[in-house]
Amino acid sequence: MTTYFTRRLLQSLVVLLGVSFVVFFILHLTGDPALVLLPPDASADDVRRFREAMGFNDPFLVQYGRFLGGALRGDFGQSIRHGEPAFHLVAERMPATFELAGAALLIALVLAIPAGIISAVRRNTAIDYVSTVVALLGQSMPTFWLGIMLILLFSVQFHLLPSSGRGTVEHLVLPAVTLGLFTTARITRLTRSGMLEVLSQDYIRTARAKGVSDPPVVWKHALKNAAIPIVTIVGIELGTLLGGAVITETIFAWPGVGRLSVQAIANRDYPVVQAAVFLLATTFILVNLAVDVVYTYLDPRIRLR
Amino acid sequence: MSVPATAIALPEATGAPRREWLVFARRLAARRTALFGAVVVALVLVTALAAPLLSPFDPLAQELGDQRLKPPGWRDAAGRVHPLGTDHLGRDVLARVMFGARPALLVGFAAVVISGMLGLAAGLVSGYFGGRVDDVLMRLADIQLAFPFILLAIAVIGVLGPSLATIIVVIGVSSWVVYARIVRGAVFSLREREFVQAALALGSGDGRVLLRHVLPNVLTPWLVVATLDMARVIVIESALSFLGLGVQPPDPTWGGMLADGRVYITTAWWLATFPGLAILVTVLGINLFGDGLRDTLDPRLKV
Repeated sequence: MTTYFTRRLLQSLVVLLGVSFVVFFILHLTGDPALVLLPPDASADDVRRFREAMGFNDPFLVQYGRFLGGALRGDFGQSIRHGEPAFHLVAERMPATFELAGAALLIALVLAIPAGIISAVRRNTAIDYVSTVVALLGQSMPTFWLGIMLILLFSVQFHLLPSSGRGTVEHLVLPAVTLGLFTTARITRLTRSGMLEVLSQDYIRTARAKGVSDPPVVWKHALKNAAIPIVTIVGIELGTLLGGAVITETIFAWPGVGRLSVQAIANRDYPVVQAAVFLLATTFILVNLAVDVVYTYLDPRIRLR
Repeated sequence: MSVPATAIALPEATGAPRREWLVFARRLAARRTALFGAVVVALVLVTALAAPLLSPFDPLAQELGDQRLKPPGWRDAAGRVHPLGTDHLGRDVLARVMFGARPALLVGFAAVVISGMLGLAAGLVSGYFGGRVDDVLMRLADIQLAFPFILLAIAVIGVLGPSLATIIVVIGVSSWVVYARIVRGAVFSLREREFVQAALALGSGDGRVLLRHVLPNVLTPWLVVATLDMARVIVIESALSFLGLGVQPPDPTWGGMLADGRVYITTAWWLATFPGLAILVTVLGINLFGDGLRDTLDPRLKV
């Protein structure tokens, strides 16, 4: 078990290294990071001096080493716009993004898992049909359109819920529902197909033949086995949610990392962008590591690989 | 006693594969949802291709006088009806929605081709050769997946500058992983099959085996992934256009129209509603068709 865990940990470190390189490289995509960072009206002299001061004339690997060293200490430089350390700007907005992503995931799980189970158990009935259609619509809908439509309905038309900002639970409802719809749809479909597959297995038939009544069959035997792909998806979906929060936060003016990043890119404030991408990617890697550990408890066979 | 030499009737060399396609097509068409999806996609495609012919108005023609923000069904001074209303610059919404199908489908198709090719190559190599090559490629996949895609896309586009080509390349290059995984999985199971082993035993090189024996058999799951991925790409394109990072105004994009419409949400609901519906309908059609494709070809595909 420990060897599996250490192996996964080492893999995660390698991935983190790769992530840091990509984040570093974004600034060098055009070949001259000085031109990217400076305003377009900077003189050739300013550009040259800036390049010297920032160390852009040093060898590529030296620059990367410097970046990596800084990143590991949490130093991504100063925000060009705000003058504060980029890392702090990002870090103080992480809780808001987590709150949003967490709420969205919670809504998704609470709605999707029961819906998927009921769909599978009551296959091909009206309720299955309805939930399948809704799930399909949910996966086909662009979230930002849903957000705008929800604002139109609940904020503009009926004045029920606020359309922007963060504060009370009411502020959380619309953004969380918007963000969570796609995930809800996805998990519903997966739960349904996972349950259907498990329910057709021999050991379920045996349990039923033995006379075990349906609820224990469904809950004890079927769900535990169907849980494995669901747990995997939760890990992946968290990444999707963290990314999807970018758009949702922009629409609802939610003060999270996503909104900060979009503004930073519009302002060409790349230290902030680098810090944000790096932190979010690190979070995703850690979550996946945790998911893998949970995995080994659900499926002991994994440990032996 | 001599056995009379009877000619064994063999199926025509061209007969068997032709019939196979027909069987498949018929089975696919029998699924009504898939058929519906295919029809919807065909309609969107025709609209995109024939937009200049079909559209009642010029999508770029501004009318800044008193034609701004008119509701659906409004009749203008010349007596022509604007079925979906006009936007904040007096442009006909229906025309813009129709022309907006062009960048959506173009990006969808081009990005899928790029990521599909990259993923196919990676999956084939990874699955067939295994070992260190597989390790390295899967590590690259993990790195790719660790990034919240939208954030990476806007960072890169922010540096390179927004344009149609940029978003195609950015989306295409970063979406290869799902193709690679499916192809890799398929190659794993194909590797051990008799026809592959036979080809190798007969002296075929790895390259030949990969191209002639393995590749044709992984195209099926690859196709399912490509179809469903196209839907995802279209949504991403509209998201990037929404943020102003796609095709630049005044060229109409569904995402761009949504961004404009958001500003006028309180006074002109139609500006944001119709482009969003266009995205929804297109993506739904592709998803229905893709699901049907998957269920017909291999229902157990975990896609």
